[in-house]
Amino acid sequence: MYKYDSLDQTLVNERVTQYEGQLARFLNKELSEEEFRPLRLQNGLYIQRHAPMLRVAIPYGLLSSAQLTKLADIADKYDRGYGHFSTRQNIQFNWPKLEDTPKILRELATVEMHAIQTSGNCIRNITTDQFAGVTPDEIIDPRYLAEIIRQWSTFHPEFALLPRKFKIAVTGSSKDRAIVQAHDIGLEVFTDKNNEMAIKVWVGGGLGRTPILGSVIRENLSWKHMLTYCEAILRVYNLYGRRDNMYKARIKILVKALGIEKFKQLVDKEWATIKNGPNTIDSKEINRIKAFFSEPNYKTDKKDDLKKHTTNKSFTQWLLRCTHSHKKEGYRSVTLSLKSNEQAPGDATSDQMRAVASLADQYSFGEIRVSHEQNLILSDVSEDNLFELWEKAKVKKLTTPNIGLLTDIICCPGGDFCSLANAKSIPIAKSIQDIFDDMDYLHDIGDINLNISGCMNACGHHHVGHIGILGVDKDGSEWYQLTLGGNQGNFASIGKVIGPSFSEEEMPKVIKKIINTYVKNRHPDEVFIDCVSRIGLEPFKEEVYGKKEKSV
Amino acid sequence: MSSQLIKDNSIVDDDWRQIMPPEAEIEVKKQAGKVVIFKLTGEDSLTSEQIEKTTMPKEGKLLLPVKVFLHHQDNLKGRISNQEIGIWIETHEEIESFINQIEDINNLPCIAVSTKKFADGRIFSIGNLLRMKYKYKNELRAIGDVLRDQLFFLKRSGFNSFLIRKDKDAKDALLGLNDFTTPYQGAVDQTKPAWKIINRN
Repeated sequence: MYKYDSLDQTLVNERVTQYEGQLARFLNKELSEEEFRPLRLQNGLYIQRHAPMLRVAIPYGLLSSAQLTKLADIADKYDRGYGHFSTRQNIQFNWPKLEDTPKILRELATVEMHAIQTSGNCIRNITTDQFAGVTPDEIIDPRYLAEIIRQWSTFHPEFALLPRKFKIAVTGSSKDRAIVQAHDIGLEVFTDKNNEMAIKVWVGGGLGRTPILGSVIRENLSWKHMLTYCEAILRVYNLYGRRDNMYKARIKILVKALGIEKFKQLVDKEWATIKNGPNTIDSKEINRIKAFFSEPNYKTDKKDDLKKHTTNKSFTQWLLRCTHSHKKEGYRSVTLSLKSNEQAPGDATSDQMRAVASLADQYSFGEIRVSHEQNLILSDVSEDNLFELWEKAKVKKLTTPNIGLLTDIICCPGGDFCSLANAKSIPIAKSIQDIFDDMDYLHDIGDINLNISGCMNACGHHHVGHIGILGVDKDGSEWYQLTLGGNQGNFASIGKVIGPSFSEEEMPKVIKKIINTYVKNRHPDEVFIDCVSRIGLEPFKEEVYGKKEKSV
Repeated sequence: MSSQLIKDNSIVDDDWRQIMPPEAEIEVKKQAGKVVIFKLTGEDSLTSEQIEKTTMPKEGKLLLPVKVFLHHQDNLKGRISNQEIGIWIETHEEIESFINQIEDINNLPCIAVSTKKFADGRIFSIGNLLRMKYKYKNELRAIGDVLRDQLFFLKRSGFNSFLIRKDKDAKDALLGLNDFTTPYQGAVDQTKPAWKIINRN
């Protein structure tokens, strides 16, 4: 993975010093709340319901074991012994003290970590495929491109105060696991017919209160121009994005208002003046960064002793759901589920973090990835270590065999923590996990994504869940709206609302009815989302609301 | 009171006078229940009545609203060649709406960009465009809600002078120019990205 040189380290250290000064000036009232707000946000600090929340950046979801151990230490020392992995591959601490935040950042800097641009109206953490570099369907490893974008976007002076937040995702596989179409800029890297690395550029996607999938603005952009082209897009957005209304300030609203053709014209006009300019990338720089992501020392001599465990049902179930094919023969990628019904989706205790760090050291070259589904991944595990790893991870409750299943719920912190939320989301996740606790039944239901957001900001990505649940506020009480048919990946789509919303108590029963409808109607081997596309919403509505009768 | 002006890394006296147009009656706009502070880019700034009624002192170095400047340009030739006339614009004004009507922007010794709120990042793109695309070489000044914590970005976007908001300490703000030693990306002050300047291997 990428390692800091003195330039990176100096920048991060200087950032801590800068922030320390800003906080001191705020505390002695030289800075007003309004003046301090964007400064603290660009350092990941929110003022929440109970305490500040600090969001720490995990660039493109990649962590070393030393970094994860440091996060565990911080959770113990400054928080309540746990952290929450977010849908943007970052980690959030819910209980730090405001005056401790510079110390936390100082400690993070010692392991090449920071909270730079994890919030605020700027370019946020770059996200990518959690299986980058190891998945068999990969065309180009997106991690080094993500690192190049990370450096370019860090403290980019022109885009330090955009109309609104700005998210960039990169994918390099035939199957898109980074949901590039739901980002402000989505970069799909491929090899073109001249065998050159090229980029298909999507713009104006986003979830939030107005979910829109991105439009293609350029089919084939040479990698050399990746940064200058992004600069042109961002410049048009910075100048013309709406600053009069924060709900209409995302780039998707601008692209939609102008239409993609007109928007593209404006971008091309700007690009003409900076194309081939100093931020153009060359192969020397590409190769320098690429070298950080070279293959680990895979072993070639191994005996296949997976077979002797095939009679262990729990192990084989886990093998099926939680391990993924690898480009190297004899290796698998392992997802450690953070979705047991004993803790909130995406939460990990410091004990679990240390355990995962140690498993990474023993079995996966000391690296961990965070997925946007809020699980942890050991990307390079030799097959003959799988059983041992499983046994150790099981003790730490990290082996719930539910990856991709109904209870692998994507969920934001919701009303229990977040001051933006309209409704709680964690208890909804738990009540669903509780009624679907029969593993055999869950496997029978098969692949399905259930995503929960506590408000229309959509941190829980409910729009792209096969089943989406959105917390809404109706006259001061919490209600839940259900969408069906959302999808991520290459065939991304936005789910449709099935009808009037439900109370918290009704939710598990409603999900049960949805699942029953699917089970009743499905063809053999037809997964949930395909069944929804085929039969439409009507049968589900009938089951949930009754024929022609509408509930409140 | 000491000067609020930072120019080329030190606090200096300000010999420019910003000319304000007479107030116009503006209706208060609201969006999503909040009073709108930011005008949209391209939205009209001054009415012709305001332009006509702006009073211009006969002497001294003046920063004129760009629309006022365009209106009087022909009568100001002498003062322009005496280096007495600069312009100021607001962040919602499009450079293209005036640039072609000015014979040579490098005849203007100072261009100021006024920001109503420090959080309006359009000022950075405007600075970049004036320097890089329109090759403006003289003093580029940030005025309005100009605060310490944005100075580093303003500097990198091509500004070399900063009129710090009245209630803030300019000496303190000066420190903000040096928050970081070597940034990653190329911008206006240093056009090359770090990897083209130093050996990072």
